[in-house]
Amino acid sequence: MTAVKKIPKDDVVIEGLTGDAAIAHALKQCDVDVLAAYPITPQTIIVEDFQKFAADGEVKTKVIPVESEHSAMSACVGASAAGARVATATASAGLALMWEILYCAASMRMPIVLTIANRALSAPINIHNDHSDSYGARDSGFIQIYTQSCQEAYDTTIMAFKIAEDHDVLLPIMVCIDGFILSHNVERVEMLPDDAVADFLGIREPVQPLDPNNPITMGPLALTDYYFEFKEQQDRAIKNVPDIFKRVEAEFEKMTGRSYGMFETHKTEDADIIILTHSTAGGTAKVVADTLREQGEKVGVVRLRMFRPFPSEEIAEVVKNAKAVAVFEKCLSFGGAGNPLAMELRTALYHLAERPMVTDFVIGLGGRDVPPTTFVEGYEKTKEYLKKGEAPSYETLGVRK
Amino acid sequence: MALDFAKGITEIRWHGRGGQGVVTSNQMLGKSALTEGNYIQAFPEFGPERTGAPVRAFLRISKNPIQIYAQVYHPDVVVCIDPTLLEVVNPVEGLKEDGVLVLNTTKTPEEIREKYGFKGGKVVTVDASKIAMDILGRPFYNMPTLAAVIKATEIVELKTAIETVLERYPGKVGDLNKAAMERAAEEAKIG
Repeated sequence: MTAVKKIPKDDVVIEGLTGDAAIAHALKQCDVDVLAAYPITPQTIIVEDFQKFAADGEVKTKVIPVESEHSAMSACVGASAAGARVATATASAGLALMWEILYCAASMRMPIVLTIANRALSAPINIHNDHSDSYGARDSGFIQIYTQSCQEAYDTTIMAFKIAEDHDVLLPIMVCIDGFILSHNVERVEMLPDDAVADFLGIREPVQPLDPNNPITMGPLALTDYYFEFKEQQDRAIKNVPDIFKRVEAEFEKMTGRSYGMFETHKTEDADIIILTHSTAGGTAKVVADTLREQGEKVGVVRLRMFRPFPSEEIAEVVKNAKAVAVFEKCLSFGGAGNPLAMELRTALYHLAERPMVTDFVIGLGGRDVPPTTFVEGYEKTKEYLKKGEAPSYETLGVRK
Repeated sequence: MALDFAKGITEIRWHGRGGQGVVTSNQMLGKSALTEGNYIQAFPEFGPERTGAPVRAFLRISKNPIQIYAQVYHPDVVVCIDPTLLEVVNPVEGLKEDGVLVLNTTKTPEEIREKYGFKGGKVVTVDASKIAMDILGRPFYNMPTLAAVIKATEIVELKTAIETVLERYPGKVGDLNKAAMERAAEEAKIG
């Protein structure tokens, strides 16, 4: 491995890019061997832009325009098995159609980078943002990272290959941006020089690639005899992710000065109430915390990035002294004991002798705008519940009832 | 007391119709601000893309990284590039009292103030439709209206915006837009 060097300021290119375009540029620089994808809003620009790079000869990637997302992920698994560096992109119904093969990709330990522009699931058809699509895939074995800004999406896409391809991990990874809110939002993005990204990532070193001269079979059948052992190994692999993630981020920081963590903490140290959320809502939550702090409110924010593996211990450590944690999440788990994000948090806190109260607010389904006032409303409700000493298990905010 | 969640950020809301280029002119202004060293967010309000339907686009400009991700509810600047929309949408809705209203219209700023009861800030009018037809020969009035926005707000230099437009539309289209923008900047009335 070459030593990572700080990139001189003059070598950085600054451009206005949408979240999708930022990811497409990152993929271009990551020297992807194979990209197989099927277009779906709002990730379309990722694949469109990448196809343009391919058509213009700017990348050497083999782009496979498949007939469905099921085929897209299947092609990715095949290419990854042959030792290629592989990426794809999808959203919503597209992710749902990939479902069967998501599990194959993870179980066969294929380090595929899957970029997702989070979008609601049908019905009714809705093209806008929530997290029902990728939350649903939480048990597939993919690593999941949610990003707030176009810069973070660009940076995380680059780091994703290095995390996934590490021999202590070898798992596929989802890099998520909020559909439309970020995917179609032009922001300032600092782009690294091509050779810096190439040096940072190196070339993928497959452990055991398909090779016509030494034929092997991958992932065919394991019944009562060995299936469980495969799962045991997969479980161990995902537990390795935090260490590798931290190492990769530390290297990236040396090069760029930027790192993000498994989650970001904002004014949490003396906070009575901590907001837990992620993606673009995490940005808005920080602004709300800053504004409420000026009014004398002791409020902070944990903006989660890594949902799988969930950093239980680390988050428990950060929030354990707060009086309450107010979860804001864009998904309903119909009939569940809790909605996905609150359920993770409550589980992470269960072992503590004294736990903060956890309130849970479901927001922004189907792209319903989440203005700062929605956070203020949930914050005020949480204060009220603290006074009463009890809270409902969850409630929806910003919806006609 | 209303809380201010957009301190240090200039927020702009555009009104237009699908196909008129409101998303593009919003991005051109955003990219110009970026070129001048600012952080930006330029995003449209999306629906199924229907030509002719009212659409909105939003822009945030700040010296610092922008953390808020939500629609713009209390803009500093409102721009409407289509005169026929003024009968459909209320351009001053949410506009700050000291805000700037920029309209493509044949009316004068005084007439517009009267129509909307908008007393504060600035009202800027420009007949961008005529300028577009005279120079481009087609109703592309997004860029001339953009020039009026710049004249009124001085949020970027006109020169920067013209360079951004020329980069996006090299050749004849860019040159004609440049001419339209320069004329609009001259003709725009502030009152």
